Amino acid sequence: MALAVVPLLALGACSSGGGRTEPASTGGGGGQVADTARLKVAMITHAAAGDTFWDIVRKGAETAAKKDNVELLYSGDAEGGRQAQLVQQAIDQKVDGIVVTLAKPQALKDVVKKAVDAGIPVVSINAGEDQSKAIGAFTHFGQSDKLAGVTVGQRLASEGIKHPICVIQEQGHVGLENRCAGVKENVPGTEILNVNGADMTSVSSTVSAKLQSTPDADAIVGLGAPFTLTIVKAVKETGSKVKVASFDLNGELAKAIEDGSVEFTVDQQPYLQGYGGVDAIWLSKVGGFKVGGGQQVYTGPAVIDKSNAADVSKFAQAGIR
Amino acid sequence: MANAVLTIATDERVSARNPLQKLLVRPEIGALVGALVLFVFFSAIAPVFLQPSSLATVLYGSSTIGIMAVGVALLMIGGEFDLSTGVAVITSALSASMFSWYFSTNVWVGVAFALVVSLGIGFINGWILVKTKLPSFIVTLASFLMLAGLNLGLTRMIGGAVATPSVSDLDGFDAARVLFASTVKIAGVDVTITVFIWIALVAVASWVLLRTKVGNWIFAVGGDANAARAVGVPVKATKIGLFMAVGFCGWILGMHNLFAFNTVQSGEGVGNEFLYIIAAVIGGCLLTGGYGSAVGGAIGAFIFGMANKGIVYAQWNPDWFKFFLGLMLLLATIVNLIVKRRAELK
Repeated sequence: MALAVVPLLALGACSSGGGRTEPASTGGGGGQVADTARLKVAMITHAAAGDTFWDIVRKGAETAAKKDNVELLYSGDAEGGRQAQLVQQAIDQKVDGIVVTLAKPQALKDVVKKAVDAGIPVVSINAGEDQSKAIGAFTHFGQSDKLAGVTVGQRLASEGIKHPICVIQEQGHVGLENRCAGVKENVPGTEILNVNGADMTSVSSTVSAKLQSTPDADAIVGLGAPFTLTIVKAVKETGSKVKVASFDLNGELAKAIEDGSVEFTVDQQPYLQGYGGVDAIWLSKVGGFKVGGGQQVYTGPAVIDKSNAADVSKFAQAGIR
Repeated sequence: MANAVLTIATDERVSARNPLQKLLVRPEIGALVGALVLFVFFSAIAPVFLQPSSLATVLYGSSTIGIMAVGVALLMIGGEFDLSTGVAVITSALSASMFSWYFSTNVWVGVAFALVVSLGIGFINGWILVKTKLPSFIVTLASFLMLAGLNLGLTRMIGGAVATPSVSDLDGFDAARVLFASTVKIAGVDVTITVFIWIALVAVASWVLLRTKVGNWIFAVGGDANAARAVGVPVKATKIGLFMAVGFCGWILGMHNLFAFNTVQSGEGVGNEFLYIIAAVIGGCLLTGGYGSAVGGAIGAFIFGMANKGIVYAQWNPDWFKFFLGLMLLLATIVNLIVKRRAELK
């Protein structure tokens, strides 16, 4: 049945013009696409192009879009003002919903309000959980950076760590600072090290220098998977005995947790942010549903250590965790 | 170089050349053709591009590049360039916001303070340049790095965070917002005021370049500084003045950033200096100086704005944006080169 319907769907998509509803699938056995009207949803992030983390968010969004019969318009700009212009463009394009990250809430609040006034439902993801509601998004999918930091801090404290080094790869990034602040709250001896994340060789050399000059450090925390992996290398090269912990996840980091070179990480499950954002728009269109009931939806932190790394690793290799 | 331009200017008055050729030797002609092609292209593939509100968005995006491109184009005609512009914009916004917040003054005091800071940065850049005779690449690279550090360091030292506290509650905020970040309704479409500021700046800069003594000085110092000095052009003052003009443009854009978004992120602005230079170069300014126009820089910024926004309206994958930008830069400069050579041969 499914085999027969899929080519039919494809044919239908070819011959009919854009924007028409796909031929209705018969009951539960037919296509994998929702039989609701085609929606256009814009997803606008503050991500620079070519970032692995955002690739996972985007994959989640694309999966939801495919299932929900949504045309996804993905774009992003790291600078607040230009991200706001992208939101404005989504309004110009008369999209059915907007999924936006609020890393720079002040820059975005006017334009998001404009979208809400124009009757476009807005969901915020990833950053800006505190301002999300006030700005007009009906729900937020994300992890509190502070909470994630606290989780890491508690875990480190329970392992008897006294003097961890928290490595910030982007000086001045509020979310990253909150993570380290959360760690410091539970382990007062936490020291912060700023490195230039745009240049991995400099991350490695700065971390080595810090480890050599701080013999009493007993742990080091990377704030992103690629940075933690660089830190692991630096730790091995300097022969230091410090434990390594991390935030976020990728395939290699999952392996490093399996082989024990990294103790644990907290994953904010970015796939859920992309998936949830798009799906929440679809749900609001389909039945006026408000996911989260006016509260934010936490997508993390999910602790990954040796006990569950092998399971997660499978999905991480596939690029969805 | 300077001589060529000056002869054109005199010929224009005598009006002996045929009009087409006169048009072809204009520095911005390549960019103008490019802009038309791009406009038709995006209008054809993305109908939403032609919608008035979309055009307003495109113009707004162009104006935030274009305002700086005016100053940068003048500076490039004067034979120098400035790598510190991107962060200097943020420096200006930060100074205004931190000053009025810290001392709880009326925001206009901060705005005035920021103007002094911006002009001061321009003056220091220019002064070091003429004193040391180092290339502007080195001088402004150094100021780029120093400003980026100061932005972050001072903001955190004074405000305790990496973004400035909001100034929206201070006296004078609303008036300042009207001047720097309001929207004007034209035929039912909200057009941001920066678009008008941009057009005004281009008009003033064009008038200075083409109709005043200072304009001749700018072409002269960019064409051949030694020859210019020999005929009595105040080379040093002109160069310092040009850097200060760039500072002035940075101040306007900085104020827009501040009053549009209430707070300023201290780490922003890095990399934007290249966008301004790209706009000026696409618009026909030569990196070697002595040739170019303010209108060209404006068209360059408009091309940038169209490409940047057009890709979104056309619903293309934004991953490719930088590739197209690079390609356009290359094509625009090659077209400029060919057109210029042809025109000069005749």
